[in-house]
Amino acid sequence: MPKTAFEPSIKSRPIYGTLEPRPGKSHLMIADAEGAEAILDLAKSTPKGMFDHTHIIYIPKKTGETFTGRLRELNPAQCYVGPSYEAALPRLRRVLNDAHMGLQVYLSGSEGLMGQAMLEATNAGIPHSAIQTEHRGSTARRMQCVHCKGITEDVTTDPFQCAHCGLHLFVRDHYSRRIAAFQGVRVDAEEPGNVPEPVERFK
Amino acid sequence: MTINFRDETFRDDFTFRNSPEAIKRFPFPFHEDSYMYSVNMEPHKSYRPGSVYERTFDVDEHYVSEMKDRAKVLAEDPLRCQSLPHMTLAGWDLLELIMVSKAEEYPDLFELHRDGNKWHWINKPLGIDQKFVFLDEATLPYGPMEYITRQTQGDFAVLDQRDDNLWMDAGMVTTQADWSLDFDIGMNFFEWHAPVPKAHEMGIFVRALKFLLNVRQGAPARRLNWTMTVNPLLDTSPENYHKWGVMKQDLTMENMGEKMHLRVELQTFFRLPRSNALVFPIRCYLIKLGELVTEPKWGRRLHRVLRDLPEELATYKGFISNRPKIVEWLSKYDDGKPTSPGIWPD
Ligand code: HEM
Repeated sequence: MPKTAFEPSIKSRPIYGTLEPRPGKSHLMIADAEGAEAILDLAKSTPKGMFDHTHIIYIPKKTGETFTGRLRELNPAQCYVGPSYEAALPRLRRVLNDAHMGLQVYLSGSEGLMGQAMLEATNAGIPHSAIQTEHRGSTARRMQCVHCKGITEDVTTDPFQCAHCGLHLFVRDHYSRRIAAFQGVRVDAEEPGNVPEPVERFK
Repeated sequence: MTINFRDETFRDDFTFRNSPEAIKRFPFPFHEDSYMYSVNMEPHKSYRPGSVYERTFDVDEHYVSEMKDRAKVLAEDPLRCQSLPHMTLAGWDLLELIMVSKAEEYPDLFELHRDGNKWHWINKPLGIDQKFVFLDEATLPYGPMEYITRQTQGDFAVLDQRDDNLWMDAGMVTTQADWSLDFDIGMNFFEWHAPVPKAHEMGIFVRALKFLLNVRQGAPARRLNWTMTVNPLLDTSPENYHKWGVMKQDLTMENMGEKMHLRVELQTFFRLPRSNALVFPIRCYLIKLGELVTEPKWGRRLHRVLRDLPEELATYKGFISNRPKIVEWLSKYDDGKPTSPGIWPD
């Protein structure tokens, strides 16, 4: 799957690039689903031996086994394949805690994955200049309900129902890096009960 | 000078109203018969005794009731007041700025006695008498920003300045025009303004930021912003939009004068001395349309402004669905005569 071309968006939304190899003592690559392809593409131009100092954290989601074999064939120093981001989080935090100067971070896949991992990395003191991102695969959004503050993952329709409080929310483009989520606001606040048919806006 | 503090509500039975004197000093925001975004900043200098521009932090007849409303909002949702760890010093700067200004400018209402770091603060309208050690958090019941902004009308955003940008790293926000501190905290100037239509393309935010980065200590600035609110709600937060949004339906030609309010924000900018942070108080003034049209110039002008406001602005400000009704109601107060320049009543 090729890179996603996003429509121009408002200024709170991050802009994603294309991963490229950068000199560094060690490399941490975090990806979900089709994000694996960004790593595989990157591997075509990496200097010899780079993967000897690379830790891959990968969450396949719906892609199952599609990419796991090829990622392992890159022979990274460590390759972890996990069932969910939450499951991978303690490991990620441990790795970031140990991070030395000269660590390069590569994030690829869904906006939700990149946003959350970006937050962990910057909280751990990794400078922005050492973190790259590349969007691949699903454009589903990680949404925060502005009313109950609960997060709903992988939202594909607008409006959608909050997984926590059950309100029907419309999807805003306003994005918070600190929460790593877009904002959802009750769609029928002014006319309770008048909820438009959900439209699949994100795939 | 005595202020008769009104006992009134901004929720449930909505007993808020303005006295005739408060109407006279209302900060009407339109200096001409049309409105568009602009870089509308001027020095925050004392001006026109009796007006809301006279004092550094204006205290008016709604003070005590507004502070009660803030306490209720915070009890329901403590996330309305947040401060990232590096902002505590800015909180002390803000506490000092407010206490010193209020004690100097309203000696009948507030007193500040300082003996080195031993401070004694007396707030008569709220019945507070507090001795504490300046810069020692353990001696106050709340953090310094929360402590002083529970006693000061208006919302407060406290901005850290770094990388040639401003970062919203602390705030007290309970009287806002539909934006969320909890969502926006940590954002920079361009990010938190992202939802605003047109102004980015007009270059307004680039110029405004440049101005703000250069605000110097002792030379504060100010500007006005405005919107329309059904019922005198101070708390029109997105958090509670699922509760107040429905009230927009209740507007009729009969209750327009009582229910529909012009909401004006007097926004000021101060550089803080120790932290080099910028503080941005956003003071909300409400006026019923029925009160506003008692000044014929304001009635005429508001009618023309709202009638001709670009659709994107009326949509963003949240009154597009009620605009036809509001304009029709106001048209009765517009005889087509020319209006005099400037914001003041004739
Ligand atoms: C550093 C201080 C400032 C803070 C904290 C601030 C904050 C905000 C926030 C939170 C919003 C609402 C955005 C949303 O829809 O979520 C807003 C709107 C806006 N701001 Fe600012 N702002 C600041 C300074 C300025 C300045 C100096 C200008 C100068 C032109 C400006 C112009 C605007 C405009 C035009 C809007 C749209 C208002 C409307 O149509 O009702 N802001 N601001």
